Formats: sequence, C-alpha cells, structure tokens
Amino acid sequence: MVYLINIKLREDYSNLIFYLSPLVAVFLTLFFGSFIFLILDLSPIESFKIFFISPISNSYGISELFVKATPLAIIALGLSYCFKNNIYNIGAEGQLTMGAIFGGGIGLLFNDSTSIFLLPLMILFGAIGGAFWATIPALLKTKFNTNEILTSLMLTYVALFILDYFVVGPWKDPAGYGLPKSMPFPDAGRLPVLFDGLRIHIGVYFAIMICLISYIVYNKTLFGFKLRVSGFSSKASQYAGFKYKNLIFYTFIISGACAGLAGLFEVSGPIGLLYRDISPNYGFTAIIVAFLGRLNPLGIILSSLLIALTYLGAEDAQLFLKIPSAVGFVFQGLVLFFLLGTDFLNKYKVSIS
Amino acid sequence: MNIDIVIGILNIVLISTTPLVFAGIGELVTEKSGVLNLGLEGLMLVGAVTGFITLVLTGNYFYSLFFSIISGVILSGIFAFLVLNLMTNQIATGLALTIFGIGLSAMLGKKFSGTPIEGLNPYYFIVISFLLVFMVSYFLSKTKSGLIVRAVGEDHNSAYALGYNVIKTRYMTIIFGGVMSSLAGFYISICYAPMWQEGMTAGRGWIALALVVFATWKPWRLLVGAYIFGGVAIMQMNLQAIGVKLPGQFFNMMPYLATIIVLVFISSNKLRLKLSAPASLNMPFEKNQ
Repeated sequence: MVYLINIKLREDYSNLIFYLSPLVAVFLTLFFGSFIFLILDLSPIESFKIFFISPISNSYGISELFVKATPLAIIALGLSYCFKNNIYNIGAEGQLTMGAIFGGGIGLLFNDSTSIFLLPLMILFGAIGGAFWATIPALLKTKFNTNEILTSLMLTYVALFILDYFVVGPWKDPAGYGLPKSMPFPDAGRLPVLFDGLRIHIGVYFAIMICLISYIVYNKTLFGFKLRVSGFSSKASQYAGFKYKNLIFYTFIISGACAGLAGLFEVSGPIGLLYRDISPNYGFTAIIVAFLGRLNPLGIILSSLLIALTYLGAEDAQLFLKIPSAVGFVFQGLVLFFLLGTDFLNKYKVSIS
Repeated sequence: MNIDIVIGILNIVLISTTPLVFAGIGELVTEKSGVLNLGLEGLMLVGAVTGFITLVLTGNYFYSLFFSIISGVILSGIFAFLVLNLMTNQIATGLALTIFGIGLSAMLGKKFSGTPIEGLNPYYFIVISFLLVFMVSYFLSKTKSGLIVRAVGEDHNSAYALGYNVIKTRYMTIIFGGVMSSLAGFYISICYAPMWQEGMTAGRGWIALALVVFATWKPWRLLVGAYIFGGVAIMQMNLQAIGVKLPGQFFNMMPYLATIIVLVFISSNKLRLKLSAPASLNMPFEKNQ
C-alpha cells in the first residue's frame, strides 16, 4: 500500500485557523520545552511553575511584566506597518539604540534642567532618532534598490558601536569610577511611574495608544488599505496608482519612530542613564512578537505580554533553577519555529490518500 | 617596523579570521542556491558548545569535531525543512534559529563554562579554510553540480522546468552552510579560544553574513574580504596600543559600513545586481502553482 501525501493550496481560507495557530504554536513550545527541562534533570511541572506562574504571582511581578512588554509591544506595532507592506525592517534594535542616543543625549545636554518640557523633548528626539536611523535603509531601498533586510541589519551594529563610543567617550560619567556609562538623567527627564515603588511607567499608555491608532489606521483609513494591497502584491498597488516608494518611506519611518520611542522609554524609564546594554535584544524579539500577534494590533499586545513572560521566567529560572537566563531565548526561538510551521496549514490543505 | 612584529600581527590575523572564512563560504553556497540563512550566529554557537562538551566528556578531538558537525546538520536540516517543505519566511526562520541557538548553547554549556581544555593547533584549519575556498570556487564555476546550484539560485522555476530537483539542491546547500558554520564554531571553542563561554562567537555570524554580500557572492573575494575585516579588527588593537587617537568603535563598525557601501554600489545598477546577486535569493519556491 502506498500512501501519498497531497498538498493543495487552500481555497477556503480560514480565519479561525489563522488566529488559532499562534495558540497551537505556544502549546507545542510548552510540550517541547518540557522535554528540555527533563533533559536538564528538572521536573517540568515545577519548572513551568517557576517559569510562567511565579514571576507574575505578585504586584511587583505584574508590573515587571508590563515593563518588559511595553517596549516589545511598541516596537512590534511599528514593525507591523513594515511587515504588512512586505518590507523587512529587521534593524529595530539599531533604531531603538539611536532613539536612546538622541533622546538620552537631550537628557544629558540639559542635565540640570527641572523644566516639565524636558521629558516631552526627550521623547520627541527619541522618536526622531529612531526614524532617522530607519530612513537610511528606506532611502537606499527607494533610491538604489538596495536590499533593506541587509542594510537595516548592518546599521544595527553601527548604532551599537556609536552608543558604545558615546558611553566610553564623551558622555562618560566623570564620577562613574571609569565605568562605561553616562551620568544619570535629571529627575525632570525620567519617565513617571504609575505606582510608587513599582517600575511600570507611562510607556504603557503609549503602547495602548499606538495599538488603538494602528487598529484605526489598518481598518478605517486609505493608508491602511494601501498597505494591505501592496503587501499582497506590490505590482497591484502600483497599477492602482499607489506610490509604492512613499509607502516604503512611511512604513520605515513609523517603525523607526516606534523603535526609537521604545529605546527612549527604556533609558528614561527603568534604566535612568545610558550604557552599553540598554536592550536585551528587544528589537529582534519584537519581530517574533509581531509575527506571533499576526500583525494585528490587539494580537501584538497579547503576544508582547506572552514573550515578556519568557524574559521574566528566564530570570527566575536563573535564580531558582540555576539555569542560564538565555533559556528564555530557547522558548522564543521555539515558539517562532512552531508558529511559522503551523502557518503551513493555513495556506495548504494536507490530505493522505 | 620590526619584522617580528609584522609576522606576529599576520599570525594573529590568520588565526582570528579563519572562522569568518568557514562561516562565510558556507553561507555563500547557501545563498548561491537562493536561500538566505540568517541563523549563522546560532549555528556557530551550538557547533562551538557541542564540540566543547564532547571534548570534555570524551577527550577525543575526532568525536568532538564529528558531533559539532552533526549539530550543524541537525539544526540546518530543521531550517531547511521549514523554509523548503513548509515554505516559511526565510528571514523569520533564520532569526528564530539564531535566537534558539543562542539560548540552547548557553543552556547546554552552563556546566562546562570555564572548564580548561587543551586546544587544537589552528594551523591545520587555516590550511583547510584556504582549500575549502578553492574547492567551492572550483565547484561553483567548473562543475555541473555547481552550475545546477547557481541555476536554482538564479531562477528556481526554470531550473525546476528543466528537471532539476530544486528542493534537494537547496537541502544540500543549506546543510553545507550549516556544517561550515558549526565548523567555525568548533574552531572558535577548540582552537582559537580554547574554552567555552556564553555568546563567545561575539557577532561573527553577522559579520560572515555581511562578508558574503561584501564579496558579491564570489569565493575568492570572500577570502580577501575576510582578511580585510579580520585585519581591521586586529589593526584597531595595535593602533590603540601605539597610541593612535581614533576611537576603536570606528574601526569596529567598518565591516558593516563597507558592506552597506558595497550593497549600494552593486544594487544601484540593475545589470550589476543581476551579475552579482542570485536572483531568487529569499524567494520561496512553490512547486504546486
């Protein structure tokens, strides 16, 4: 008996499977994750408790969850504009860094300021910094047809070295015992926290606002419609008379500004100064968040919370299970593998005959 | 300048550049067949840690090399299955591979971090890296199989119509790339360092990726480019030592800036782009259309 696996393009495109498959991916990740814990001689149930439940079992933990989810959500929401348009900006990490340099630079420039305008100015420059860094690949793409994937990735490393230059060079804190960090921002340049004693900050409001605006843009505006059309087919959008080059520019600037904003929120919020490692890979992880959230604004908020949990769980796992916090990356990688894999069932019908 | 110093510097450049050559030449072949694998960094790290653990446990260099290579075959095989059979997005899958590899290697290597080992002589591998570049160059330009790889990378639909097995060809090139990356990782943890430390490849996977573009997908240029990139990194340390007042970060960003400039140069002219980049790079191949 010979079995043949038939693969056919789906004609009955299913919305249910489309939104259900992220859940399937998460379930599969947990399933495989339990094997990893078994290999490490740890009880999977206990480990999952430490990884996914105990980090958010008190108010401090929940606040930390939002602290981590805020930058992820903001960056991923911005990236969704690019990805919907089939433009692959994978340099959000660099745009985040540039936002932190621009916005943080303002904070350091006016380091004795007590003005209420300092923080808004920093936020503005953070967004400008990120947008500026994203304009470079956009410009190269539209002017010279240069592959934006490679340029935005390369620029990430350039941005990281620029930050490194500033914190060991001109912006080094003279009273910092020679450590590669800047002096702290003035109080007027710090992001207000929502509750005393917790680190959750007003960046959360920005994330929610960007989510709502994106929802409206995607569903109710011509711009959102153009994005979807050119995402399906850039040729169709050109025939329709949409200016494809402008779309590339706008989407890059939006995603860069969002990443820059997230970078500024990180340094003026939880961190409070500039130093080398301002971001634990948020710019790259946000790509997973955007895909896991199906490029849907609400979905991105949910997936940012889930991925933020892998960061927190990994920190607890390091503390209590004595395994390196990088284990969080294993889960992030796995969830993206499975999500991409289950997408296959969205597009194709598999039958065995 | 003293001749000993020159020889000393050349020696360091040779030793430190070899992993770039390995990872770069593997990725070059993968990209020639039309697949962009962004997972190099993850593959290198897992290759480094598997080689290291095997050496600590068995004390046998051959097993160590063998299992390091096997790790590359398995991980790049998973990548190949996802992008070729399940037709997933190559960028996202490659990033997932890198993130997964960073995590997995850190987890596996935790117990072995700081264990002392006796390193292997790097010079064998330096010779092998030169031979590999020669072999890949010969394979791609002079053999029939090499021509098929290039054909698949230029236009997979035409290659398929001519009766070539696009999927199988790409499986081969992806796994070759994976093996080369894990070899680069093995070299770093067993010959170059020799030790294991979390994230010890320090971004070399990304530089190797830049290198392929910088070399405009040509093996010999890749070798030259690798030594330029490697040389700049070493030069920076030496200039710092003799008191040149140029920030080191400036040198460190040179490979990335140079790559962007080369990219702009080749892509600004449509003909030049056609002559350099594989036309089907990063395009999914769907048989049932």
